[in-house]
Amino acid sequence: MTATVRIPTILRPAVGGDAEVEAAGSTVGEALRAVGDAHPPFASLVFERDGSLKRYLAVFVDGRDARHLRGLDTPVGPGAEILVLPAASGGAG
Amino acid sequence: MSGYDYDDLVRAARAQITEIGVPDLAARLDAPPLLVDVREPHEMATGVLPGAALVPRGALEKGIDHVAPDRDAEVVLYCTVGNRSALATLVLEQMGYTSVSSLAGGIAEWRASGLPVEMPLPGDDTARYARHLVLDEIGPEGQERLGGASVLVVGAGGLGSPAALYLAAAGVGTLTIADPDVVDVSNLQRQILHATSGIGTHKTDSAAAALARLNPGVVVRTRTVRLDASNAEEIAAGHDVVVDGTDSFPARYLLNDTALRLRIPLVHGSVLRFEGQVTVIDPYAGPCYRCVFPEPPPPGVSPSCAEAGVLGAVAGVVGSLQAVEAVKLILGAGEPLAGRLAVYDGLAGDLRVFTTARDPACPACGDPSAPPPLVDYDETCRPVRP
Repeated sequence: MTATVRIPTILRPAVGGDAEVEAAGSTVGEALRAVGDAHPPFASLVFERDGSLKRYLAVFVDGRDARHLRGLDTPVGPGAEILVLPAASGGAG
Repeated sequence: MSGYDYDDLVRAARAQITEIGVPDLAARLDAPPLLVDVREPHEMATGVLPGAALVPRGALEKGIDHVAPDRDAEVVLYCTVGNRSALATLVLEQMGYTSVSSLAGGIAEWRASGLPVEMPLPGDDTARYARHLVLDEIGPEGQERLGGASVLVVGAGGLGSPAALYLAAAGVGTLTIADPDVVDVSNLQRQILHATSGIGTHKTDSAAAALARLNPGVVVRTRTVRLDASNAEEIAAGHDVVVDGTDSFPARYLLNDTALRLRIPLVHGSVLRFEGQVTVIDPYAGPCYRCVFPEPPPPGVSPSCAEAGVLGAVAGVVGSLQAVEAVKLILGAGEPLAGRLAVYDGLAGDLRVFTTARDPACPACGDPSAPPPLVDYDETCRPVRP
């Protein structure tokens, strides 16, 4: 199964600058690990050493917060869209 | 070419409707019918007939119900010379008004006859808020609610500028602006509350002056301090809504916790480069900021706008969305962005809304009986140990 992982601009350097990356996997974790395997800097931004999701990130699967579904075990269907989103601090102050 | 031009339409309308002459209306000034001025607000500003209701032609069909709910009431419409009011009279007849007429010669002839006009009262905001008054979601009641509301805008910067300007323009009765900084030339690319002439002055003073120019009916209070654990609760208390226009994670988490403690809804907004996020924190009813982002990013992952840049207009979009959410919260209108995170990508031209959820184990809002203590955080949002 292939999902589309959308990458916000500040994380794009970790995946070679792409706004979207196609990733194979049947769960959120598998898809994100597939991106991390292809782009190791991405893996270190997204995963803790124990393989859990970093707590500064929100991950949305087809518009819903995966942390409150089944986390990295949340299943992804074909054509699913995953957004990895860090909190942003800028208030343009 | 066939069809009708303006003169044809006015002539046809005047042939069908009832007109009232200036002397006839003047004779009834002691007990006048309902007078409705259908001109544009800038025309009304030079004077109106005594006691007239102000409903610009463009807002007539929606607005007339507010001033003339009874369709059998006697209504006299007027404009400058009686043409627009003739066309408007036809419309009201179509809407079922049974006793509507147009003032022949309009206010021009009224004035030429030496009859009295009055200035719209400074406190009469009918013309100022005409475009609100015709909205079903606002109307006179909603406008009054806005006038009675107070909003704290934390940060008079890129987000606070558009948010505060729109809230003042909307007639929010009391605005408190909190910001410790002075206006720098590098702010002016996006912080539209401030002008070149204000460089070096406190942002709060610059903001208060700009908001007073825009809408002198709004009470603007200023707090020229940085929000911290010792003052946040006192500054935020008593407001109906708090708008987060701050520019650091410690301030954002502190505001989140303050909103929870005071149970005041918080409109969060943040921007970076061409992207922005907006959500509403409805304390203990929806997820708080920590439910969505339990921790701030490690240093270096999420740079500040100073380091990474921001398009001024993107801050405008996000700050304006915050103003929309604040107004909705005050009115109780529509669906607030509580439990949802709007993510705007200006480069992609894309606005998406994601569903968020409360974390039952959230350290801040998981236990409603134990609101989070207020502590000062360092840049990594670890409590600062004294």
